Amino acid sequence: MINADIQTVMPELVLAVFAMLALLGAVYTGKDKVARLLVWATAAVMLALALWIGTNDAGANSAFAGSFTDDAFSRFAKVAILISGAAVMLAGRATMERRGLLRFEYPVLIALASVGMMVMVSAGDLMVLYMGLELQSLSLYVIAALNRDSTKSSEAGLKYFVLGALSSGLLLYGASLSYGYAGTTLFSGIITSVNDGHVGMGLLIGLAFVVAGLAFKVSAVPFHMWTPDVYEGSPTPITAFFATAPKLAAMGLLARVLFDAFGGAIADWQQILGLLAVLSMFLGAVAAIGQKNIKRLMAYSSIAHMGFALLGLAAGTVFGVQSMLVYMAIYLTMNVGTFAFIMSMERDGKPITDISSLNLYARTEPLKALAMLVLLFSLAGVPPMVGFFGKFYVLKAAVEAGLTWLAVAGVIASVIGAFYYLRIVYFMYFGEENDGVETNMSPAAWVALVGSAAIMILGVVNLLGIEGAAATAAAALVN
Amino acid sequence: MSVADFAFYAFGFIILVSGLMTVASKNPVHSVLWLIATFLGATGLFVLLGAEFLAMLLMIVYVGAVAVLFLFVVMMLDVDFATLKGGLAEYLPIGLLIGVILLMELGMIFGVWQFADGAEAARAAITPNIGEIHNTAALGQIIFDDYILIFQLSGLILLVAMIGAIVLTMRHRPNIKRQNVVAQMHRDPAKAMELKDIKPGQGL
Amino acid sequence: MDELLRNYLPLVIFLGLAIALGLVFIVAAAVLAVRNPDPEKNSAYECGFNAFDDARMKFDVRFYLVAILFIIFDLEIAFLFPWAVAFKDVGLIGFWSMMVFLAVLTIGFAYEWKKGALEWE
Repeated sequence: MINADIQTVMPELVLAVFAMLALLGAVYTGKDKVARLLVWATAAVMLALALWIGTNDAGANSAFAGSFTDDAFSRFAKVAILISGAAVMLAGRATMERRGLLRFEYPVLIALASVGMMVMVSAGDLMVLYMGLELQSLSLYVIAALNRDSTKSSEAGLKYFVLGALSSGLLLYGASLSYGYAGTTLFSGIITSVNDGHVGMGLLIGLAFVVAGLAFKVSAVPFHMWTPDVYEGSPTPITAFFATAPKLAAMGLLARVLFDAFGGAIADWQQILGLLAVLSMFLGAVAAIGQKNIKRLMAYSSIAHMGFALLGLAAGTVFGVQSMLVYMAIYLTMNVGTFAFIMSMERDGKPITDISSLNLYARTEPLKALAMLVLLFSLAGVPPMVGFFGKFYVLKAAVEAGLTWLAVAGVIASVIGAFYYLRIVYFMYFGEENDGVETNMSPAAWVALVGSAAIMILGVVNLLGIEGAAATAAAALVN
Repeated sequence: MSVADFAFYAFGFIILVSGLMTVASKNPVHSVLWLIATFLGATGLFVLLGAEFLAMLLMIVYVGAVAVLFLFVVMMLDVDFATLKGGLAEYLPIGLLIGVILLMELGMIFGVWQFADGAEAARAAITPNIGEIHNTAALGQIIFDDYILIFQLSGLILLVAMIGAIVLTMRHRPNIKRQNVVAQMHRDPAKAMELKDIKPGQGL
Repeated sequence: MDELLRNYLPLVIFLGLAIALGLVFIVAAAVLAVRNPDPEKNSAYECGFNAFDDARMKFDVRFYLVAILFIIFDLEIAFLFPWAVAFKDVGLIGFWSMMVFLAVLTIGFAYEWKKGALEWE
């Protein structure tokens, strides 16, 4: 029995063992001198695992007495997590090195965070959920403060840690209430305690606390306060990581809890998610308008995007989950590209993040400006780009589930939000003359930027086949 | 009121008062000391529940280690706590509001003290009778076998904590003479000393 | 339940005695002792000059590193207790699961040793 269980967690096991060997190997050889090699090796292992998980069609397995589930949903999420994590790490390697932040612990911590995220999306038990979440969060707190000589980076790490600990507390409180009232921590046990579409009062409060704790992690309003500060303070390549894989992992975890444990009481959590979604979409759209710092702007942008993804989840249908997965996959791709650009923004060797520095950028670097134009249009959800289809699917799922008012709110929010994306495009093409910005990119960052922009256009054909995979994944989760 | 009830209320009282004092003390060091008193009260409650292992864990880990760490942190920070407390009046209303809401929710939970069908049985199924088997042994029987995945993940979390503490706080100062144990052990008089025969009247 | 509590009777008596004795000393000092405070008498003693600074100075962050590494190993030890008590029942899986757990932390230990975190200066 234990052999079958180990077989099921093999990808996580491989990554964890790799991380530990890398840690030991690096500390006994060149220390930070081998960091570059380690980044490449970690990315290679993560991509290989993504390929392995992606091609492995093992159906649905559950291991460790049901506390760990390996199904199409978790495989979809894991592939996306591993690929985006590896892409961000490769694209950010040169920037980290230029800033003198490329320490060998960085790839190790990213690998361990990825293990945590993989456990999160596979969790079948409240305790496994918490362990995965903490493994991920703890690694992220550390890398947020990696630039410890900078006050802002330390502040980012501290804020992230304190608020993350608070959210973990909420989550644990909710989990213990759920355990108390349902009598078990297994999702498969909790779901049997749901009668005729509603949960009891105690379990409902447990559910609300769990959702609040997870809303912190996906930075949904009103649990978003840490996001702009942490995004701004952390070194940009690390911000890029925060904006991608952990968001999907938390979203996947939320979907798992809601459908696997509370799937019988959709009406109960639909309201909570609907409220989170509307608030996130609007706050993300409105608060980003006044931002002068592009990293803070991307923070509000990610809040708004999480609102849309939550909208898909709030639908509570197979199509809703599918649209959420498609939306998240598109969101990850766009953010990898956008951040590959942002982390290359420099003036005289110093990183800058002012939006105004992009004025007339298109004159000096037409290709990169074009790529950014595509990405920003896609982030805004302007029709020919793939980003539009993501929003379209989510709104369609909401309408089909009878949440028309939510969908209308989503449309209004996305129109408001389009303003600030298009403003950057305006600056790049028609702004006023000023000091300008240098964007020296490593080949990896260039590939990430141009590649993701290309996907935003080429993906129009059939979303590069991601839809089918997402449909299978959603069907595996909702039943 | 039996002895157990009396002890419960006594420990509960200790926890509440010292919890309040933790927040209300002016001196942060006193706050930590009150926090330790809170932990001690909680230890008592665990003992009353018959969870001696958890009680001892609370003593060893929280009182023995975490509270000491808190003291370090309080002493390490150069924070003027008087100005920090100055914001109290500003945030008190919203804090009280949230507190009242949470209290109401707790009241709601308590009001519908109603478990799912089979919840009691499910809980009882994994906790053996305290008279038959000691709770430390009962924990040992499930942690390492049934909950092996969670156990190993906690190992990884501890590893991350270790890496994190070192990455964030360790500074290797250059140009400091450190002890090199291996070199020290390999040293012998032949390598370390050189005898020179200096003739009288001549310098080196 | 009462059986369990009776087991702790010696502890309760001991604690009661300790608390009572402590209170007696404090109360006695408060009631009986002569008190004649004066700002100069209460100030910190420095050889002839006024104190420069607050006696509470900032701690070096290295103390924190040592303390947190201690906590981590403390927790590791905490897991060993139930393992040892239930050793006969946990079987081979339980044995190896603890060995793996210890191996993970030994890797961490080797890392911090080689990194120099255990050296003071």
